[in-house]
Amino acid sequence: MMKPLINKKNVTKHSHNKGRIQAISSFLAILMALLLSGLTISITGVNPFAAIRVLFSGAFGSSYAFSETLLRTTPILIASIGLAISFRCNLTSVGAEGQMIIGAIAATFTGLKISLASPVLEILVCIIAGFLGGALFGAIPGYLKAKLGTSEIIVTIMLNYIAIDLLSYLLDGPMREGGSFYPQSALLDQSVWLPKIIAGTRLHAGFIIAIVFDIIYFFLMFRTPLGFKIRAVGFNSKAAEYAGVNVGRSILTAMMLSGGLAGIAGAIEIFGVHHRLLNGFTAGVGFDALAVALLGKLNPVGVFLASLFFAALKVGSNTMQHVMQVPTSIVYVIQGLLILFVFTDTLIKDKLLYFEKRLKTKQSGE
Amino acid sequence: MFKAVGELNLRRFFIQRMIMGLLMENEETTSANQPLVEMRAITKTFQNVIANNCVDLSVNRGEIHALLGENGAGKSTLMNVLYGLYAPDSGEIYLNGEKIIMKSPADAIAKGIGMIHQEFMLIPTLSVIENIILCMKSDNALKLDLQKAAKRLVDLSSRFGLDIDPWAKVSQLSVGEQQRVEILKALYRGTNILIMDEPTAVLTPKEVDDLFNVLKEIVKEGNSVIFISHKLGEVLNISDRITVLRNGKKITTVSSKDVSREQLAKMMVGREVFLQYDRPAVSVGKLVLKMSDVCCNNDRGLVALSNISLEVREGEIVGIAGVDGNGQMELAEVIHGLRKVTSGRIEINSVDTTNCSSKFAIEVGLSHIPENRQIRGLVLDFSVAENIALINCEKPPFTKNGIYFDPQNAVRVAEKLKNQYEIKCSNVNSPVKQLSGGNQQKVVLAREIYRQPKLLIAAQPTRGLDIGATEYVQKLLIEKRSENMGILLISSDLDEILAISDRILVIYEGKIMGEAIPGKTSVVDIGLLMAGSKVSEESRGKE
Repeated sequence: MMKPLINKKNVTKHSHNKGRIQAISSFLAILMALLLSGLTISITGVNPFAAIRVLFSGAFGSSYAFSETLLRTTPILIASIGLAISFRCNLTSVGAEGQMIIGAIAATFTGLKISLASPVLEILVCIIAGFLGGALFGAIPGYLKAKLGTSEIIVTIMLNYIAIDLLSYLLDGPMREGGSFYPQSALLDQSVWLPKIIAGTRLHAGFIIAIVFDIIYFFLMFRTPLGFKIRAVGFNSKAAEYAGVNVGRSILTAMMLSGGLAGIAGAIEIFGVHHRLLNGFTAGVGFDALAVALLGKLNPVGVFLASLFFAALKVGSNTMQHVMQVPTSIVYVIQGLLILFVFTDTLIKDKLLYFEKRLKTKQSGE
Repeated sequence: MFKAVGELNLRRFFIQRMIMGLLMENEETTSANQPLVEMRAITKTFQNVIANNCVDLSVNRGEIHALLGENGAGKSTLMNVLYGLYAPDSGEIYLNGEKIIMKSPADAIAKGIGMIHQEFMLIPTLSVIENIILCMKSDNALKLDLQKAAKRLVDLSSRFGLDIDPWAKVSQLSVGEQQRVEILKALYRGTNILIMDEPTAVLTPKEVDDLFNVLKEIVKEGNSVIFISHKLGEVLNISDRITVLRNGKKITTVSSKDVSREQLAKMMVGREVFLQYDRPAVSVGKLVLKMSDVCCNNDRGLVALSNISLEVREGEIVGIAGVDGNGQMELAEVIHGLRKVTSGRIEINSVDTTNCSSKFAIEVGLSHIPENRQIRGLVLDFSVAENIALINCEKPPFTKNGIYFDPQNAVRVAEKLKNQYEIKCSNVNSPVKQLSGGNQQKVVLAREIYRQPKLLIAAQPTRGLDIGATEYVQKLLIEKRSENMGILLISSDLDEILAISDRILVIYEGKIMGEAIPGKTSVVDIGLLMAGSKVSEESRGKE
């Protein structure tokens, strides 16, 4: 019965298992969410297996469908990387939606006002303007948090409303297209539209930019002193302060980077898809990004897969509605369930670890 | 005739009663010899760690029984089993010879077992009497009769010499007084077995004496006290018998009359301990720390330090002695730039660092082993290597060209320090929270000394460490002193201060009470300074 105390072999084995158990528990969380979603779909009188099959074929079934999914992935990915930076700093920012809007306003304004000889340069300048717009909007909650300890959650929520109403005011007044019936800005010059990367689809260069940012995110967080400091502040700000890190500055930087990336996401949505500023162009991407960052566990690969998954749900749900008459709102139920189960996956992990331990003691007992 | 028979019956009856009485008395005397509590072959494991391994313990009536052992020897676990907090994996507990099974502390309290933990379980905003009757059934369900309860409390406190005002708010009481409230709470509930977990850790020498007198009063009435400690001196002083635990096993139970301090130390550690160190003579060099008239506030905005002036030179260890919470934490934070001074001036290495940033203090040559390593010193979710890189992460060798942070370099440095300081971890990439307290402290030490500072603040550097690790840390500090480092040692462990410092400053309520030289100033005098005896008249005059 009496087993020896911890030996070295056990410890290393345990830590190897941890990654596997994390993966299994994430998978189980998604599986359980899908099961419950299937149940919900069957309540509407539709065969859930058929519905989900249609949903996925709608997202991945053809090259066009797949290109649409990647198109939708783009802003979600960029915005969720931004949020991941603030989450790494233990800042629960909910402000991606508003920052996207401000970034889009700044970028569109620049695009309409300036005209540079090189269109590539002009796009670059506009995207930088989008970054700055988002960053400045993100700096507000960051500064308040760093100086006064104000809750960044409440400030970012409130700023979202300000951004939405500001956009609607601008489109009603100063930025409205001359003589237009709709509340929308003038169309951007075609030379500054983000180029298509696959002919015959809507997929534009923004997707490549998103992938580049995902890689930059990894290097920023794990290969620069700045990312190291942001993570240290996120885990334990008291220890970071003791170690000579300027905690306030790290918080401000994280919030500005977070907002800046959301701003780029907004700019790319305008320059790649809509080509003019519209009300409600974000389609809730800023909030999807929140769930994606959490589902992806703030990990560069995880965040990419989660954005792809969320985009697929969005694209596929339209097909599901057409073919199976399942309302699109079911997809929101699925998303909600997913988030719920993702939060419970620590619970699943603990249970798995517990079962594993019981299995081991049983084996050693025999 | 009838009368006679009646008389005879009556006589017979009385005789029977007398015999029965005698028998009963006899029974009582045998039960007095029987232990009050007996724990037999208690085993308790946590995951893979065996905290208690077949431990026996028997405590007699009217006895103060000490449970001696290093940190992690299993003392607290054993007592938590007795108090019903943990269910043992195997083993039995007998109370008055009767087997008992306890499911929760409520069961234990109902059976007369009380435990006073290191952290007091009191509500600061309530009065003493309110705290004491908390969670107790009232005689009258509708009316709360505090007066009656207070009267009973006063009776109880005068019986045991525990002087306390039942109407005082707990927040206004000193630590020693709060401990008395805890003891009274236990007695009020009818405790006859009182378990005290390291009760003297937070007390001044005078308060310790008072506590010991109270404990002696308590056992005089046939109650028993179990006293958990790792301090040899006080264990020998107070207890009747001593049970020594080591690595979860019972080593022995001895009568304190038959054992010497050295024997106890050997039993506790399993080898000879040298609590005295050779300190090579070092001539002191330049000033590395100079504080002049420094004042600052604590987190609540009250004065924490008032007019502190002190100096530390190269090649000396200056000990700051004092009971916890007298401004030691603020002192370290002010020097490190983590707390603003309200007046005064601080110089590290002859550079003015008054109200500088934490980063600047580090750049000027400060290293700091913080009092609370888990909150200040380490990022528990980071790996050992990342924690080594925590300070100066933007500088070589951790960051190349000011931009590329190379985790491999952090690992390389960490591997080197792991071997040099014998840090026990499976891998320098494993999270530092998986390490034991002693090894976590070694990570902090290794990092702070690796920078080769001019000035090292070591705040409670051996708190929570076992004797082996303590010895290691203390030797290391002396070694660094010989290498001309200036060390400010802040510790509430007077033995530690006496063993390794060159000079001692005693701090009390944010003031330096006086200077002492180890070996020259008597321990009693230092104890008096720690208790603030010098200012007590002054402050009384103010009130």
